[in-house]
Amino acid sequence: MNEAQIRQLAAEVLAGIAPEAALSRVPDTKDLREALDLDSMDFMNFVIGLAERTGLKIPEADTGRLVTMQGLIAYLVR
Amino acid sequence: MAVSPAARRRAAERGLNPFELIGTGADGAVTLADVDRAVAPVPRVAPTPATTPAVRAGFDPALMRQAIATAMARSKREIPHYYLASTIDFHAAQAWLDAYNAPREPADRLLPAVLLLKACARALAEVPQLNGFFDQGAFRAGPGIHIGWAIALRGGGLVAPALHDADRQPLPELMQALRGLVQRARAGGLRSSELSDPTVTVTNVGERGAESVLGVIYPPQVAILGFGRILQRPWVVAGQVLPRPLVTATLAADHRVSDGHLGGLLLAAVDRALQDPQAL
Repeated sequence: MNEAQIRQLAAEVLAGIAPEAALSRVPDTKDLREALDLDSMDFMNFVIGLAERTGLKIPEADTGRLVTMQGLIAYLVR
Repeated sequence: MAVSPAARRRAAERGLNPFELIGTGADGAVTLADVDRAVAPVPRVAPTPATTPAVRAGFDPALMRQAIATAMARSKREIPHYYLASTIDFHAAQAWLDAYNAPREPADRLLPAVLLLKACARALAEVPQLNGFFDQGAFRAGPGIHIGWAIALRGGGLVAPALHDADRQPLPELMQALRGLVQRARAGGLRSSELSDPTVTVTNVGERGAESVLGVIYPPQVAILGFGRILQRPWVVAGQVLPRPLVTATLAADHRVSDGHLGGLLLAAVDRALQDPQAL
C-alpha cells in the first residue's frame, strides 16, 4: 500500500468507529486516541478493522506503533 | 409504584426512568400515555453525514441530558450514599492479559475493562446484598447479576445498559458482549431490555480518565462500582518498593440497605478476583 491508500484506509475504518472524527485535520505525529477521543475499545476496533482490511497479522506488541498517522504509514507502507 | 410493560419499554427507548413519572393509571400506575406526555416526540431520524454534529437515531442529546438530570437529582435527593475506595494491584491481571493477548488476532484480544467487569460480577455473587433494588422501603435482590456498564456517548451523555448474567459468562464471550453493547449504544441501537434490566452499575473511566471515580447510584439500584485509570505507581511488595500498575476501585452504596462493612467486603472480593485472573 502507498501512503494515500493508507490514509484512505484509516479514514474508512475510523468512519465506522467515530463517524464525526475529522482524521484529515489531525497532525501526522499526534496521538489519534487523544486527538479523536478514542477509548481503548475504539482503538481496539480500529486495529481489528486495519487487520481485517489489510489481511495483516498485527501482533499486540505492535499496536503501540499505530497510534499516530505517521506510525501507521511507516507500519503499513511497502 | 406500578409501570405498565408498554410504558416501561417506551421509557427505556426514550432514555427515561419510568419510575420518575407521574402515573395517571389505576392506583397511580404509569401508563404508555404518561410516558408519551413526558417526552416531546422524538423523530427517528436517519444518521446524518459526518459533516453535521452527531445526531443518533432515537437519541436526542437534550432529552438524554434531561433523563440523566432527573435520575441523578432523584438519586442525590433520596439515596444516602456512602463511599469506599481501595487501591488494587493490577499486576497479576495485566501479566495474564498480556500473555493471553500475545498470540491472538486483534478481534480475539481482551481489554483490561473486561477483567474488571468480571471481577465485579464475581464479587457481587459473593456479596449479593449489593446487587438489586431499593423497593418499597426494603432491599429486593436482583434476578441475576446484570451489570449496567456505563458507556459515554460521543457528543455527550451516557447510558449504562446491561450485560446479563455477567458472573456466568466466560471472558471471551463477555468481551464480545461488551464490544457489541458499546457499538449499539453509540449507534442508538440498544434493546429496551438492556436499558431496563441492570441490577447494579459499573463505571470505568478508561485509559485517559481520572485516577478515581465516585459514582452516583442509578435508582432504584443500590450500588455503583467505579474504576479509575490504571497507572504505574510505586507499591510495596514483600517489603520491596516496586513499580506496579494500580487501579483505584470505589463503591458508592445506599446506606438504607447496607453498611460500610458489607461494602468493604465487596471491594475486597473484587481485589481477590483480580489477583487470580486465570480463574475469572
